[in-house]
Amino acid sequence: MQVKLKVRRYDPEAGDGPQNARYSTYEIDVPEHATILDSLIQVRDFEDASLALRCSCRSAICGSCSMRINGRARLACKTKTADMAKQSEEITVEPMGNMPVVKDLVADMDSFWSKVRQIRPWLQPVGPKPEREYLATNAAMMDLARTMNCIYCGACVSDCTVLEVDKSFIAPAALAKAYRFVGDPRDGMTVERLREYSQHSVSGTAHAATCASKCARRASRPWIASWSCVRPP
Amino acid sequence: MRAAIEAARDGADVAIITKLHPMRSHSGAAQGGINAALGDEDSWETHAFDTVKGSDYLGDQDAIEVLASEAPGDIIELERMGTTFNRGKDGKIAQRPFGGAGFPRTCYVGDITGQAILHVVYEQILKLGVKVYEEYFCTSLIVDDGAVRGAVALPMVTGNLVAVQAKAVVMATGGLGRVYQPTSNAIACTGDGMAIAYRAGAPLQDMEFMQFHPTTLKDSGVLMTEGARGEGGYLLNKDGERFMAKYAPNKLELASRDVVSRAEQTEIDEGRGVDGCVLLDVRHLGEKLINERLWQIRELAIDLANADMVHEPVKVRPGAHYSMGGIKTDADGASPMPGLYAAGECANVSVHGANRLGGNSLLETIVFGRRAGAAAARYAHDTPDGKALSESVLQADQQRIQELAQPPGDGASGERPATLRREMGEMMREKVGIFRTREALEEALETVNGLKRRYDGLRLQHAGRVFNTDLIAMLELGFMLDVAHTMVAGALARQESRGAHTRRDFPDRDDDNWMKHTLAYHTPEGPRLDYAPVTVTRWQPEVRTY
Repeated sequence: MQVKLKVRRYDPEAGDGPQNARYSTYEIDVPEHATILDSLIQVRDFEDASLALRCSCRSAICGSCSMRINGRARLACKTKTADMAKQSEEITVEPMGNMPVVKDLVADMDSFWSKVRQIRPWLQPVGPKPEREYLATNAAMMDLARTMNCIYCGACVSDCTVLEVDKSFIAPAALAKAYRFVGDPRDGMTVERLREYSQHSVSGTAHAATCASKCARRASRPWIASWSCVRPP
Repeated sequence: MRAAIEAARDGADVAIITKLHPMRSHSGAAQGGINAALGDEDSWETHAFDTVKGSDYLGDQDAIEVLASEAPGDIIELERMGTTFNRGKDGKIAQRPFGGAGFPRTCYVGDITGQAILHVVYEQILKLGVKVYEEYFCTSLIVDDGAVRGAVALPMVTGNLVAVQAKAVVMATGGLGRVYQPTSNAIACTGDGMAIAYRAGAPLQDMEFMQFHPTTLKDSGVLMTEGARGEGGYLLNKDGERFMAKYAPNKLELASRDVVSRAEQTEIDEGRGVDGCVLLDVRHLGEKLINERLWQIRELAIDLANADMVHEPVKVRPGAHYSMGGIKTDADGASPMPGLYAAGECANVSVHGANRLGGNSLLETIVFGRRAGAAAARYAHDTPDGKALSESVLQADQQRIQELAQPPGDGASGERPATLRREMGEMMREKVGIFRTREALEEALETVNGLKRRYDGLRLQHAGRVFNTDLIAMLELGFMLDVAHTMVAGALARQESRGAHTRRDFPDRDDDNWMKHTLAYHTPEGPRLDYAPVTVTRWQPEVRTY
């Protein structure tokens, strides 16, 4: 299958600035089952060794390869090249939004991770430790597992319309982490956490929750929609 | 990370160097679960015996006893850290059946167990404030007078080599699956830690034992969890027959992985496959259970194989999955080199022997990660401060990178590393796969030597410093060729069939001559092999059937 990839380039050593957009176009022949990640790796391996991207697991679990494909954030490893080619003859590939770029498709995720750290993301039980495991219902653990399902790929943050106007917004991924503790029956700091998190959240329903539709993990989507832009109860 | 947590708790000054972000680690891809004898009717001795039998009697039984007896405590600790294990009706941790196990003892979080544990362990790293050097690509160990004194790494954002001084180094770098093509392993699984330790003088042990997972997707090699069979899924051939009844009449689909993979390959080779695959069928489990316990693989099969497992079987085949071999260590993670420790897939303790049981690899990372962290902290505490490192420790790696950046000239071929990587991957699949013969392995040895010669002629096509993945690919290929060499040499020498190593020309296990570990030492010409005895405590070798 013959496809055309138009890839946004940025190389600080080549004197590129953030403003002057530069694109490279690659015409390659890929197998029918190829993903965008397979296609980009083929470019990097055999067409242009200077193309930089992050990737590792190829199975939507490590969260490395988020990028904007045909204008919206997706995981390259679970996006079929054939599907994108149906959308437009020339497939556009760009780094994630709402983050600075290190090189080409590699985004600087420092602010993303610092927001995750900001919510104090570790379990804080109070009271004496049980002799063995904490007892809990399967339903409670399954509810949390849906949130734990988040792979911190950054797709929701890339396309977050709130962040575009308010850089301090803690944004959906960190809030997903926050819920994972607030909803955990084993955590003893629920009230303190809610008080703190509500200062970082966006109140009201004016926002489109664009992040939810961008979430790379289908199982987590309903949750992202209900939490990211609405002040916790 | 588990080692870092333990060392930090013990008061050591710890940092993690990783070529990825810690949350991108391939442990996150482990799906099905983690074993521990928690049930009242189960016992750690049964877990240990299952592991010994699974290892085809090549595992060291003293190490296996440590693994099985300390597992329950480690699982409870993971739960208290916040892991969201599935629960039974009594609120306790639930357990599912897994291959080669005599009891349902695999704890799980749906089919994202590795991810759930990885994230919780990372939360503890943040809580303890352990320094993490993200996207620092380790190039070599610093060795002084036979002892390890730190590591050299390439920060990918700057491209300027740095020396990290340390009294002790714990390798926790995972597997080498990328030596094969296809593989269930992540692109990052290139055997770096094994190769770096090997070059520094540490022996690699039992490298000829490579696990082929019975259920990987056809094109991509992506994993479909053993949990699918643990929950009751079937393996079918093209006639719709549950063929495992012929190969393992008692355990059927839940025989150990080497047995199931050989059976599948036999079905495929004898013309009873479907497009070079067999079928994994979970339809009878129902949509509710699939969504509750197997949601990730359902999503993966839809995205990568155009098959919704709720409505149709998915094509799977055996795929290169896990290296039983690795850096030789004792039960405290200590290698024979002072100051060098290892834990997880890159290590060989040896608890998996010739074949690992599903659910024992996450367990190994936690039990021996903890033990290696504690031992490294003790060693660091007892070792006096050495002299400061000189700049010269960077010299060899700096020179190597400069050579690679030279324009193609004398002896340079202009070949791409990806070309060699593909040839290596295909050669390893064809000649060092499930079934092996002397002829194929001799050809493999010749191919590896040829690839190594061609590797010396490669040059970078991109010489930039910032995030130069051309350079990373080049260095990773060098590591992979070194570990592939030890795998081929070990397989050629071992004239028997044991666990995952099946020689058509030597179809039987030979305890008299081969119940011993293979050790591979680095020399400029290639691996020098040596052998070491297996530790037997209470289980004498028996005929192994499932």
